[in-house]
Amino acid sequence: MSGPGAPDLATDLTAAVDAVPPPVIAQTMGEYWRTWLARVRGGDAGALPVVVALLAVTIVFTILSPNHVFLSPENLVNLFDQSAVFIVLAFGMGFVLLLGDIDLSIGYVAAIGGIVTAQLVQPTPNVPWPLAILAGLAVCALIGLLQGSLVTRLRMPAFVVTLAGYLIWFGVMILLLGTAGGVGVTGSQANQQAIYGLVYGYIDPLIAWIGLVVIVAAFATVLWRRDAGRRRSGLVAPPLGLTIAKIVLVAIAGIIVVAICNVNRGRDLPIVGVPYVIPVVLLVLLAWTVLLERMQFGRHVYATGGNTEAARRAGINVTTVRTMAFVLCSMTGGIAGIIYCSQLGGMTTNINGGQLVLYAVAAAVIGGTSLFGGRGRAMDGLLGGLVIGAIYNGLYLLGLPIQWQLIITGLVLLAAVSVDSLSRKSSAHA
Amino acid sequence: MELMTGPTGVPARTTPGRAPAAAPPDEEPLLRLRGISKHFGAVQALYGVDLDLPRAKVTALCGDNGAGKSVLTKTIAGIHAADHGQIFWEGRPVTIRTPNDSSALGIETVYQDLALADNLDIVQNMFLGRERVSGIFLNEDSMERAAAETLAELRVTTVRSIRQPVATLSGGQRQAVAVAKAVMWNSKLVMLDEPTAALGVAQTRMVLDLIKRLKDRGLAVMVISHNLNDVFEVADRVAVLRLGRMVAQADTSTLDRESVVDYMTTGVSSRVVQGPASQRSEA
Ligand SMILES: Nc1ncnc2c1ncn2[C@@H]1O[C@H](COP(=O)(O)OP(=O)(O)OP(=O)(O)O)[C@@H](O)[C@H]1O
Ligand SMILES: [Mg+2]
Repeated sequence: MSGPGAPDLATDLTAAVDAVPPPVIAQTMGEYWRTWLARVRGGDAGALPVVVALLAVTIVFTILSPNHVFLSPENLVNLFDQSAVFIVLAFGMGFVLLLGDIDLSIGYVAAIGGIVTAQLVQPTPNVPWPLAILAGLAVCALIGLLQGSLVTRLRMPAFVVTLAGYLIWFGVMILLLGTAGGVGVTGSQANQQAIYGLVYGYIDPLIAWIGLVVIVAAFATVLWRRDAGRRRSGLVAPPLGLTIAKIVLVAIAGIIVVAICNVNRGRDLPIVGVPYVIPVVLLVLLAWTVLLERMQFGRHVYATGGNTEAARRAGINVTTVRTMAFVLCSMTGGIAGIIYCSQLGGMTTNINGGQLVLYAVAAAVIGGTSLFGGRGRAMDGLLGGLVIGAIYNGLYLLGLPIQWQLIITGLVLLAAVSVDSLSRKSSAHA
Repeated sequence: MELMTGPTGVPARTTPGRAPAAAPPDEEPLLRLRGISKHFGAVQALYGVDLDLPRAKVTALCGDNGAGKSVLTKTIAGIHAADHGQIFWEGRPVTIRTPNDSSALGIETVYQDLALADNLDIVQNMFLGRERVSGIFLNEDSMERAAAETLAELRVTTVRSIRQPVATLSGGQRQAVAVAKAVMWNSKLVMLDEPTAALGVAQTRMVLDLIKRLKDRGLAVMVISHNLNDVFEVADRVAVLRLGRMVAQADTSTLDRESVVDYMTTGVSSRVVQGPASQRSEA
């Protein structure tokens, strides 16, 4: 067979190289570094903005907070607890953002999930706590199914459906709380204690260290075997140094978190240990990362978000994918609601679902998820949620009045979205 | 084959009920359309279109902008279901209502807009909707190997890495990926909607060579092109659509550029001895 003129295409590549994400083409760390720099200059900064934001927020609040209390172990654990809600909300919001949709109702849906669970663990009916959690999540999933079906089957804009949902579930929340206006989980029954203990129950320090070793070892094994296997069989694989760097980074982050949590932060009685909410958040992160990046459904979510028509022509049932994204969004919101309920010791009609939506969107977008669909990972919610949590926590420490907290949070959201828009613009021009 | 008898074209609309058995089995084309109509609201895009796509032949589908070429392609691909008409696949009547129906038959399509997801990489795009899994997890290694093999087979060797997002590819490379995606499935019919429209000289050559290789493998190929040089280079047969009607269908050897242009613009050609297409010139 005669060779076609294919080699002429090589000239196109010099232009394309700048835009290629590092793990794809780099074979050595040096090359990886140069490609990464080229990509940042090209407008697609990946995790860089969120890491810079996290560092900046930490430095600013450490300097400004009275006695630099921001970096105290006590406050940092508090920050982790507060961030957990934003992180998990952002995990949920991520599913619909990946499709270029939005869910404005997630704050009040989360609240309903928390309230249903909290009411089920009350002395009557005293439902076992795992069942109560499942029931709360099931209610949220149903709400997601309803909203998702309205969007996909009746072709209503997600913005309008979930804006209506925002009002409806706000109303339903008040109805559920009844005349008491609240429901608590600080009672002494085991089932209430289990919900409360999500945030205020702590893992024994020794067990936390053992758990950390197990987690890091498992992560290292999985990553090492995958990357080494791909390198051996000549498939596209990240350089060895990158694999090692990732493992070391995870180990260091884990050690820091466990070490901070294992410092005694009690005033009168000793309080030590990792709050249960931290492994819970990591479990959700793992589950949604695997679902999105290692399973067929996730691939279809990215395809539908990137090019709905292409996905449809590839035989993907985009209606089901979109509906499921709303279900997963609301259900994950329910997990956040239960964490919130634990953190507040119960739910009241004071819950500000509107603010929670903004935090969820802000966390996901700051983390690197695009509002325009097709780009984002569960990990974005973790990093972005920490930034939002740090701002929320820091502003509180500074004792700024609520109006300033609102204004600053709004500005942070705008800044995050502008990064997203700019990177989209420059990649469109590439 | 009966279609090869001359530039007589296949009379459209006049034979919607013709039994497929009329043709001897060994001359049965791979795909046979009879009386395919399609409308979008008030716009009638196709009027009783007949088309035969034989094996191991390249059929060029020509026509002016808006003639209905892409709509016809999408109807065969299952993107739009036809309003009326029959489709025979290897002589058997079939219904094609979804993209899965057509790919199950062995039909692959390269769309005019390519239909690639920019945010996914080359491998992910090539296996889109048909991902390989082991258990519940994606089998990335197996997909990457198969994609690399197909690209090498097509001598698409210029992509730096098959793990780069499609957004980072040049127009020619994207086209190559879309074509590779269509040919890796052991398909029997490949339809390419203006595969060279955006390509430079070298890239056009690559795609034309590829089309010839598909034909040599025994596949039926339908290619849409506005470039008559390309048409006359690769096509064995030419079908001309005009305003949603099939006005001519003939062996390339019996046509020349001018007659194809005549058919495209007026629906008739005086250069052809006795074209029944003139019956429909009033349309
Ligand atoms: N989805 C649609 N909805 C409504 N009308 C459509 C749709 N798709 C095509 N049409 C109409 O059908 C007619 C044929 O369009 P088609 O895209 O098949 O043209 P074409 O022959 O492929 O032209 P081109 O050479 O420009 O690609 C046009 O009038 C077009 O406006
Ligand atoms: Mg077209």
